[in-house]
Amino acid sequence: MAEEIFRSENITKRYANHLALDNVSITVDKQSVFGLLGPNGAGKTSLIRIINQIMAPDSGTAYFNGEPLCPEHICRIGYLPEERGLYKKMKVGEQALYLAQLKGLKKSVALERLKEWFIKFEIEAWWDKKVEELSKGMQQKIQFIITVLHEPELLIFDEPFSGFDPINTELIKNEILALKENGATIIFSTHNMESVEELCDHIALIDNSKKILDGKLKDIRSSHKSNTYNIGFRGDFAALKKGLNGHELIEEGQDEGLNKAKIKLADGIRLNTLLQAIIPHVEVEFCTEQIPSIRDIFIEEVNKNKGR
Amino acid sequence: MGKISLIIQREYLTRVKKKSFLVLSLLGPLLIAGMMMLVIWMGMAENENQKLIVVDDLNPAFAMLKSKSTRNVKFVYTDMSLDSAKAKLLESDFTGVLYLPKNILNAKAAQLFFKKHPSSFVLRSIEKKVEGIVESLNLVQFGIDREDFYKVKSTVTLHPVLFSKSGEEEDLSKEKAYVGFAFGLVIYMFIFLYGVQVMRGVIEEKTSRIVEIIISSVKPFQLMMGKIVGVALVGLTQIAIWVALTFGIMAIGQSVIYESNFGVDKVAEQMTPEMAKKVEAANAFNTKALIDEDNIIFMINWPIMIGWFLFFFLGGYLLYSALFAAIGSAVDSETDTQQFMLPVTMPLVFAYVMSVFIIENPEGPAAFWLSIVPLTSPIVMMVRVAMGNVPIWEMLLSSVLLIAAFVFTVWLSGRIYRTGILMYGKKVSYREIWKWLWY
Repeated sequence: MAEEIFRSENITKRYANHLALDNVSITVDKQSVFGLLGPNGAGKTSLIRIINQIMAPDSGTAYFNGEPLCPEHICRIGYLPEERGLYKKMKVGEQALYLAQLKGLKKSVALERLKEWFIKFEIEAWWDKKVEELSKGMQQKIQFIITVLHEPELLIFDEPFSGFDPINTELIKNEILALKENGATIIFSTHNMESVEELCDHIALIDNSKKILDGKLKDIRSSHKSNTYNIGFRGDFAALKKGLNGHELIEEGQDEGLNKAKIKLADGIRLNTLLQAIIPHVEVEFCTEQIPSIRDIFIEEVNKNKGR
Repeated sequence: MGKISLIIQREYLTRVKKKSFLVLSLLGPLLIAGMMMLVIWMGMAENENQKLIVVDDLNPAFAMLKSKSTRNVKFVYTDMSLDSAKAKLLESDFTGVLYLPKNILNAKAAQLFFKKHPSSFVLRSIEKKVEGIVESLNLVQFGIDREDFYKVKSTVTLHPVLFSKSGEEEDLSKEKAYVGFAFGLVIYMFIFLYGVQVMRGVIEEKTSRIVEIIISSVKPFQLMMGKIVGVALVGLTQIAIWVALTFGIMAIGQSVIYESNFGVDKVAEQMTPEMAKKVEAANAFNTKALIDEDNIIFMINWPIMIGWFLFFFLGGYLLYSALFAAIGSAVDSETDTQQFMLPVTMPLVFAYVMSVFIIENPEGPAAFWLSIVPLTSPIVMMVRVAMGNVPIWEMLLSSVLLIAAFVFTVWLSGRIYRTGILMYGKKVSYREIWKWLWY
C-alpha cells in the first residue's frame, strides 16, 4: 500500500439550498496523479476548496499527511483554480513575487526561483510587462509558475490546459509529470478525458454530490471491459457469421480491404473459443480487445447514476 | 500577521504609485485654495456697473443723489415722468430706473426697475444711500436734531459670553463650529472617496478572478482587512500632503489678497458722515472678526481636535469601508452596486446635511443623538468637539459605540465577503446576502 498524502472522510457540504458534497471519502496516494472527474456542478470545486481550506466542510474530516487539515498546511499545497486571473495593472514579476510571498516564501528565495522558471519557459522579457499586455495563454503560464513556485507537496490543478495551444499543453503536461517524478502529488480536475488517460494513476468520479466511482485507472478500465473484441479478417461477413455460434456481432465495418467486426462474447466465453470457431470460415488478420475509454466510462457511470 | 502586512503593502504601494494619486495630491490643494481665493476675490471685486435714471416725485428732494454716484453706481437725476424714464431705459445704456414716489418719506419704500438683476450687494448699497437721504429729510421735517437722533437711535448687539467655573470667556462657538464642520467635511469626503476605492479594489479582484488564488494562501478576512488598512494609509498620506500643500498655497495667496485689500478705504471718502460711521463700525467689526479668527486658531485645542479627528476619521472609515467591501464582494461589476450603495451612503449624506444645521444649534437633541449614533457620529461629533465642552461621558459613549459598530460591520462584512467573492455571474439580492451571513 502506498503512503497517502490526503484523505477525506465522509465530507458533507451543504449550501443554503443544495447539497454540494454528500459523504465523500477519497484517499490520494503520495507521488501519484489523482484525477477528480465529474460533470459540471457535481461538487468537484467544493471538494477542492475544502482541500485548500477556502471553505470548511459541514461534517467529515480531511487529513493532510495523516494530520487533520489546518492552516499550517496551506503553504504545502499549491492550487491552480479553474476561474483564475491576475491583477491586470500589476507588473508580471512584481505580482509573481507578491503571490509567492503570500504562500510563505522568502522574497530572496522567491526571486531566485522565479528567475529559474522564467528562464526555463523563456519568458524573461515579460518580467516588467503589465499583465494586461499578455495573451491569455501567457497569463496561464505565469499562473502555473506561481502555483508550483513554493514547491508544494500537493498540487491541485483545475483545468490546467484551458487556454493553451497544443505546444504549450505538451510543455505543461511534461512539467506536471516532472513534478510527480520529483515527489509531488497531483490532484487533477478536468473535462479533457484524453489527458486523464495520459496522466492519471487513480481517478474518482463525482456526480450529483456523491462519489460514484473510485479506483486505479487501470483497474477501472479493466473492470469496465465488456468482453468485446475487434477482429480484422479476410472473407465475407456471411462466412464469419457461420462461425459466431450466438456471439453478438455489434458492428460491421471495412477498412483498407479488410473487413472488421466488433464482437461481444457471451459471458464466460474466452477469446480462444471464438477464434477456434471462426478460423475455419475466415482468415483472421488481427484481433484486439476493446478497452473502454475513460470518456465512455464517464458517460456510462453518470447515466447509470441518473437512473438511481 | 506577516501576510496581512504584505497585503497592506501591496494595496498601499500600488495606489500611491499611480499617476492619479499624484495628480489628485497636487491638484486637490490647488483646487481648494483656488476656490477659497476665488470666493474672497469675488466678494471684493464688484465689477457690476449700474447707471440709473432717478425719477423723483418729491422733486428736487433727492438731487443730492447725483453726488453720491460711485465708480460702480451712477445716478442720473432727471425730471422725467416714470413712464418716459421707463421708455428711455429700454433704448439706452441705462441699467435701471430708480423711482422715488411722493409718499416716500412716510412709506419708506422706493422702486427699482431693472433690465438685468443687480446683485444684492449693489441693491443694498443703493438702499443705504436712499435711506440716508430719507432719514435726513425726515429729521428736518420733524424738527429733530441730528445729534439727538443718534442718541435715540439704537442698534443693540448681543455678545454671548460663556461663563463657567474657569471664568468668563467670549463665546466663539459659531466660529469654532465652522472649523469642526470643515473637519467633518474632510471625514465625509474621505469616507466616500476611499470607501469606494476599497469597493473597486474588491470588484477588481473578483472580476479578474485573482481572488481564488489569493484566498488559497490567506484567509478572506485577512485579504479584506489588508485592503481596508492599506487604503486607509493611502488616505492618511493624501491628507498629510493636502494639509502641507494647502497651508503653503494659502500662505502665498493670503499675502497677495491683503495687499490688494488696501484700496478699500478710498470709497469711504465719498460717504456722508453717518454712512462713514456705519462703514467704520462695520470695518471695526471686520477687523475684530479677523482678530477673533486668529484667536480661534489659538482657542481650539488642536492636539485634542486632531486626536479626535484621527479617531473619528479611522473609526468612520473602517465602519463604512467594511460595508463598501461587502458590497464589492456581492456584485460582479460596478454597475450592479447601486441597489446596495444607497442604504450605505444615505446615513453618510444625512450626517453631512444635518451637520450644517447642527452648527446653528450645537447643543440640541439632534446634535446629541447624531453625535452618538455611530453611522453619523464621525461627521457630526467633529462639529461639537471643535466647540469644546462636550461632556466626557458623551465622548466616551460615542467612541465606544463607534468602536463596537466598526467591529460589528467588519465582522458582518467579513461574512458576506468570504461567500461573495466566490460567487460569479449571479445577480445577488438582499435575501441572498442574508443567507450568506449564516453559512
